[in-house]
Amino acid sequence: MSDFLSPNLVVFAATIAAAFLSFYLGTGRVRKQAIASQTKSHSLNQYYGFYVSLWVLVPAILLALIWMFAADPMLTSAAKARMLAAYPNLPDSFLNLKMAQLVNIAAGYIKAPDAVMAAQADLLRAAQASADRARSLTLAAVMCIGFFYAFRRVSPELRARVLCEAFLRRLFFLSAVVAILTTIGIVASLLFEAVRFFREVSLFDFFFGTHWSPMTALRPGDAAAADEFVAGSTGSFGMVPVMAGTLLVAVIAMAVAVPIGLFSAIYTSEFASRRVRNIVKPTLEVLAGVPTVVYGFFAALTAAPFFRDLGLFVGLDVSSQSALAAGGVMGIMIIPFISSLSDDVITAVPQSLRDGAYGLGSTRGETIIRVVLPAAFPGLVGAFLLAISRAIGETMIVVMAAGVAANMTINPLESVTTVTVQIVMLLTGDNEFDSVKTLSAFALGMTLFVITLLLNVAALTASRRLGQRYE
Amino acid sequence: MNNPIEMIQPDAKTQARFEKIAQGLKKRHAASRRLKTYGIMAIVTAISFLAILLTTIISNGYTAIQQTELQIALTIPAEKLQNDDGTIDPVKARNFNWNGLIKKAFRAEFSDVTAMLDQRALGEILSKNAGYDLRRQIEAKGSIPVGEIKLWIKTSDDVDMLMKGRLDRNLDESQRRLSDQQIGWIDSLVADDRIRLVFNDTFFTAADSREPESAGVLGATVGSAMALFVTVLLALPLAVMTAVYLEYFAPPGRVTDFIEVNINNLAAVPSIVFGLLGLAVFLGFFGMPRSAPLVGGMVLALMTLPTIIIATRASIRAVPTSIRDAALGLGASRMQAAIDHILPLAAPGILTGTIIGIAQALGETAPLIMIGMVAFIVDVPATLTDPATALPVQIYIWSDSAERAFYERSSLAIMVLLTFLITMNISAVLLRRKFEKKW
Repeated sequence: MSDFLSPNLVVFAATIAAAFLSFYLGTGRVRKQAIASQTKSHSLNQYYGFYVSLWVLVPAILLALIWMFAADPMLTSAAKARMLAAYPNLPDSFLNLKMAQLVNIAAGYIKAPDAVMAAQADLLRAAQASADRARSLTLAAVMCIGFFYAFRRVSPELRARVLCEAFLRRLFFLSAVVAILTTIGIVASLLFEAVRFFREVSLFDFFFGTHWSPMTALRPGDAAAADEFVAGSTGSFGMVPVMAGTLLVAVIAMAVAVPIGLFSAIYTSEFASRRVRNIVKPTLEVLAGVPTVVYGFFAALTAAPFFRDLGLFVGLDVSSQSALAAGGVMGIMIIPFISSLSDDVITAVPQSLRDGAYGLGSTRGETIIRVVLPAAFPGLVGAFLLAISRAIGETMIVVMAAGVAANMTINPLESVTTVTVQIVMLLTGDNEFDSVKTLSAFALGMTLFVITLLLNVAALTASRRLGQRYE
Repeated sequence: MNNPIEMIQPDAKTQARFEKIAQGLKKRHAASRRLKTYGIMAIVTAISFLAILLTTIISNGYTAIQQTELQIALTIPAEKLQNDDGTIDPVKARNFNWNGLIKKAFRAEFSDVTAMLDQRALGEILSKNAGYDLRRQIEAKGSIPVGEIKLWIKTSDDVDMLMKGRLDRNLDESQRRLSDQQIGWIDSLVADDRIRLVFNDTFFTAADSREPESAGVLGATVGSAMALFVTVLLALPLAVMTAVYLEYFAPPGRVTDFIEVNINNLAAVPSIVFGLLGLAVFLGFFGMPRSAPLVGGMVLALMTLPTIIIATRASIRAVPTSIRDAALGLGASRMQAAIDHILPLAAPGILTGTIIGIAQALGETAPLIMIGMVAFIVDVPATLTDPATALPVQIYIWSDSAERAFYERSSLAIMVLLTFLITMNISAVLLRRKFEKKW
């Protein structure tokens, strides 16, 4: 790994230099040939240079990438074989530990504890050095071959521009495919780990179980619990209370954000003068630019104590991690989403509808409530759905301000947990990567991804319906 | 009044109806005004939330700009640290008990304090890292001062909080982090003018620490900068190439539609899911190092990619088609028209979109937590693969700590983060103003 991580600057610089050199050689060759043969070359001279340097660079880059993924495992397995020979009776787990130590010794981070390890480290270093040499030589060879192939083909008749542009077009297409690859990566990684999770815990238990405590191990003999919980796993994985908590927080957030956001949007789009609108809209959008960790900080250390003290004052028992604090602050965060999306939607309602309503004698308020809002309704629904999706996927506020224990409650004064809190909790700390606990985080992530995806699709469909209505 | 109702001389029945309408009209206008008032109230509420948020953070954090120091008179025993030629021996300096030296000097000034427990309480006034700080100071200077010197040394965070009025003296002693005795000592030191508040330069020059008085944001800032460097390096070229492809070269059809749908959906995927992707694919599958800014930057790049693509497409579309037509008409190829003519004109818009996307990435916390950039790291990262943390993650770590002094530093770190964000956004706006062309 060290090879890939500390990119060999010399090789890098040499490659760049080779690319530049081949550019000038290619350009020079076509110029000379064009003069010699008294013809006009097909493309501008620089395209011949590009053509040659592409043939130098692209195969070399591909080779370097392949090398990166192939060479290191080979080096490691060879070193492991040598270690096995040096320490014949070492159990597997110890061997892995020794291997990690060996890599660190070879990299010079730590000193070798004994002569055997020192010798092994020297061998590994030597192997790495020879691998590096081999890579440099292979790269040089590939670049030379690429250069001579392209260089010999350079002539005024070569359609260099067409070839270069075809290459660029393919490159552009590949970068567009990255978006698809990312989606595939997300779905595949979530699905892969989630499937491993569902081998241990049944789908039914996960989606309909009402008890979530992944951290508590089942004590043997705890028969009453064992009946209810999933037998044989480290905890119980029923996501209903987690989902309920997520929804509770999202509902509280929407209860704060929808009225404020919607009325703000009505004001900015229907009542405000252009000047007021130009001041108010960006100011509201500042709320969207504040990082969520700042909201989390505010929720955990200002809003939550405030609600708790308020509760004490009026004689209510408010948890110090109440859903109210987390949801309320999340609502503040969501206001700008609702206000700016709704503003767009309301502005998109054709003026002719308003004029018609005014013509029939409606007041401004009546026009808005009876005509504009109903016309904008699908778009508004779309905006709300997007906001809900945002609230469900929001992480930092709830991680900092909501609880960890999964309580099944609709009381906003109590502490609840959410899907995102559980994912963060399960995947930070010293868990081994393959335990059911960590896998359950991916199952939750999968659920979260699907829910937000569905909400987004629904939002898109809703706002599209608005567009169709007034085309 | 020029009322048409009067002109047509209505009969009594109609008259009554008009009156009813006129009466109702007042109510209806009132309702209209009410709606307007609700709107104003909503906006005022939202803006006051913003104001409350900012004032809370500023009022909590501004004191962290200062740090309490305490003056101590001590003599550094040069003979224990120097080689024969008078230079400082690094090994001796490392092994020397600097903390003991400082504590002894401090205790000597309170000769009436003799009991073990009381002496320990006295020692708690000083920072646990005072010895380390002194060693670094001496090492940096390269020579050892002769004789008794007067030094300003950092106090512990509890004393710091007391001096800043963040520790309530009126609280019952058992609930306070400083005892009555300790407060008495501190008051006597204050009376002697031997405690002062100075600019907290450690906050801007150090990485994380267990002791609030030695903790700073430099490590996290450098970590963030490295991650964002990787993000720009990956996301900007990818986004521009994708946008050019989709605008000019993509053949209409299923594949193109699928790409567009994907980009739009990625823009709405919760950020934590990108963290899961990074954890499973970059760390799990490719075996990249945990906590590295390189991986953080890659995850953030995937996350900001849709934002930059959408901004780039918008600014490409804003370039009038006549430019492209002219280029094509003069014999440029489609690629030449796109690269040589459209992209330079769209560049300010692309830049603005990139800055906004990067600002978003700078504030992002959850995906970085997923890939382990949440570790406790005391060194400023030097390479892209060193373990590091990021500014927002540092805020998260500190706000989780029990010490009141970390709470204060967390607020100041938020101010630092917001300063960066505001700077980036303002520069985006200014860039747009300066280069925006009205065609």
